[in-house]
Amino acid sequence: MKKRIGVLLIMALLTMAALGGCAGGTEDSSGDNSSTESQAGNPVYGGSIVVGIQQDVDSLDPHKATAAGTKEILFNIFEGLVKPDENGDLMKALASDYTISEDGLVYTFTLRQGVKFHNGNVVTAEDVKYSLDRASGLLDGTPLISSLSVLTSVDILDEKTVQVTVGSANTELIYSFVAAIIPAGSGEEESGTPIGTGPFSFVSYKPQEGIVIAKNPDYWQQGLPYLDEVNFKIVNSPDTALLELKGGSIQIYPYLTDSQAGELKDSFQILSAPSDVVQALFLNNASEPLNDVRIRQAICYALDLNMVNEYVAGGGATLVSSAMLPTLHSYYVDLTDTYGSSANIEKAQELMADAGYPDGFDLEITVPSNYEYHMQTAEVVAEQLKAAGINATINPVEWSSWLSDCYTDRNYQSTISGITSDMTPGYLTNRFQTDSKKNFVNFASAAYDEAYQAAAAALDPAEKAELYKQVQKILCDEAGSAFIQVPPITIAMDPKLGGYKFYPVYVQDMSTVYYTE
Amino acid sequence: MKYLGKKIVTLIMTLFVVSAAAFIAFQIIPGDVVTSILGTEATPEREAQLREELGLNDPPVVRYFRWVGGVLTGDLGVSYRYAKNMNEMMPVAELIGDKLPVTLSLAAISLVLIVVVSIPLGVLWARSKNKVLDAALGVITQASMAIPSFFLGIIVTYLFGMVLKCFAPGGYVSYEKDIGSFLFYLLFPALAIALPKAAMTARFLRNSMLTEMRSDYVRTARSKGCSERRVMYGHVLRNAMMPVITFLGMIIAEIVAGSIVVEQVFSLPGIGRLLISSISTRDLPVVEILILYITFVVIFVYFLVDILYRVVDPRISGK
Repeated sequence: MKKRIGVLLIMALLTMAALGGCAGGTEDSSGDNSSTESQAGNPVYGGSIVVGIQQDVDSLDPHKATAAGTKEILFNIFEGLVKPDENGDLMKALASDYTISEDGLVYTFTLRQGVKFHNGNVVTAEDVKYSLDRASGLLDGTPLISSLSVLTSVDILDEKTVQVTVGSANTELIYSFVAAIIPAGSGEEESGTPIGTGPFSFVSYKPQEGIVIAKNPDYWQQGLPYLDEVNFKIVNSPDTALLELKGGSIQIYPYLTDSQAGELKDSFQILSAPSDVVQALFLNNASEPLNDVRIRQAICYALDLNMVNEYVAGGGATLVSSAMLPTLHSYYVDLTDTYGSSANIEKAQELMADAGYPDGFDLEITVPSNYEYHMQTAEVVAEQLKAAGINATINPVEWSSWLSDCYTDRNYQSTISGITSDMTPGYLTNRFQTDSKKNFVNFASAAYDEAYQAAAAALDPAEKAELYKQVQKILCDEAGSAFIQVPPITIAMDPKLGGYKFYPVYVQDMSTVYYTE
Repeated sequence: MKYLGKKIVTLIMTLFVVSAAAFIAFQIIPGDVVTSILGTEATPEREAQLREELGLNDPPVVRYFRWVGGVLTGDLGVSYRYAKNMNEMMPVAELIGDKLPVTLSLAAISLVLIVVVSIPLGVLWARSKNKVLDAALGVITQASMAIPSFFLGIIVTYLFGMVLKCFAPGGYVSYEKDIGSFLFYLLFPALAIALPKAAMTARFLRNSMLTEMRSDYVRTARSKGCSERRVMYGHVLRNAMMPVITFLGMIIAEIVAGSIVVEQVFSLPGIGRLLISSISTRDLPVVEILILYITFVVIFVYFLVDILYRVVDPRISGK
């Protein structure tokens, strides 16, 4: 009998030995750095890092990629004539200079001399023409980047000057020239290796695993990048991301939730900045009873935005009441006083009674369930609406279903989601025009359309800013939707790293990231 | 021979029905592949172009039979979702071929762990007359069976990854890079898969052996003077293995088809994870082939189990 127990014990020990033979092998060095941020260290060149990303890339073609999660990576490989800097301004990139004609219809770009593609070839005017023709649809009739579809011709004036003519003037168009410049013909080549001029060159991509990029030794900005290699690794859930951060297999993870940030703050640098997303309880203006402006306003009054911010963002979000990023300083106007940032139940109930719903109504909130942040917001919002007598229910759906039901077919009552912005004031506002294809809330206001068109066409900066403020005010007053906040982006970074930069647009710029000594 | 022919016909018919069902399901569920790929920011021209490229303007019946024709001629199509390079989409065959070694290796390691642990344990348990050991094994196997694999995965990650630091969680290394590290990393997810299954198998074997031990032939064997060893391994175990083989067959089919949950927890780029993400992005060509693969595996493994039966028990093939 004892012998058998002995056999069992030996078996158990063997199994343990097979698995446990490795105990004490790797030592986690980040663990003992827990004191404070000791990163006055100087940047050193070299090294490689792994950055956790949430989504697979949707295309390796910079003109065809549409997902924000892809663009943030391709930013490191491709560059345009201009590129954004961290202040939300444009810096000259492949163009060393540019001029815009007085009527806003002709753009003349002077190319920076000697910039090389990753394949070693120098960027020529032909490459620029090809890239702009391709992106704008002049090449084959299919515009790949919608804002560039206004281009009517791209002409090579001499080997270092390219002139672009547009059909209608809009001073915001200059921001669209961040569109990637690629070698002439490379968009149709068989092998199709992504080739750009960015600080990193493409190495490899594996579906579901990630994308690897390596230092471009010939990069035109002296001294950049620091790192030799960056591996963007797809991490399939925030929970595994946390494990991987702690286990040391990723060094930067840019999409932390508030509670995760709290959990990691002792062993990681936690950095935070406003994102480029405006989150709202989007209201389908065409559905009963939301077609009544009083009902929409009542919903705005019923929301306690401070509480939402506190619960889902730990107080780190910026509250907004219209469709504009506060980081677009010259255009943004703070309208949070319109409905107040705390709940005004009395006012809400008064408006509902006026509209013929003294006892409230049913409201279904559709939420893309893969976005934890929106789901959490929906839970808080639903409770707040209930307090005002609106019977809110949450309907979680898959992202693909959300896109087709809510966005394309507009078959929903309300939804909590986010809309992303670029650096132009027109990007978030043009979608609320009555006839816009992107107007998935069915907002219909003649005053708004008129104001937007005037704002977009204005050439004088001061006048333009003033008009955009009016645009935001109309959207807010007519309660096109119940705008909530600009959520923060919170990243965790290994304490040994430094130099991470936030941009007002959503990019992961790895060129300035370095290891400290 | 007649038996084999019948099996093949069943296989083909099942594959046909299953693929048609998957195709129809994709026509019914909400979600449009073009908006799913392009998101909200694409130009209408680009949407139209992509719709044309993917052949989505044809009626569903035409698309289905075009797909069947492709598969029959060895063309598994290209993924809607995954790019191969700047201009081409990833061929489904290449995509799955790349993920298959991960899932198959995981299945192989899990199976070895299951067999190595469960068979000796089951025999020992069946023969044990020690009440304490009996009760202890009962509790341990019951508990292991009850833990859901995702939770076990988290426990394994925590224990071996965070506390004992045997491996870096999420530190998966591709088999193309370093086969040793690859297999070592797989050991831990395999453990999460194997533990509950091994407990089930051990339990199954024990019960099956106890039933056999009460059979008349055991008494006969003993009375004619067979050694206890010969009775146990020559008679009881051999007969008791029959249901266990079926059970193991079911388990193999389950693991080879992709351990969806465990692959998710350990960030393994295998078949299960590919299936999940392909469904959510409406990547029909990939989903179709994965479903065919899973159906094939299940039918094939059951076929193998049938053959094994005949080896273990020659009476069956006599029929």
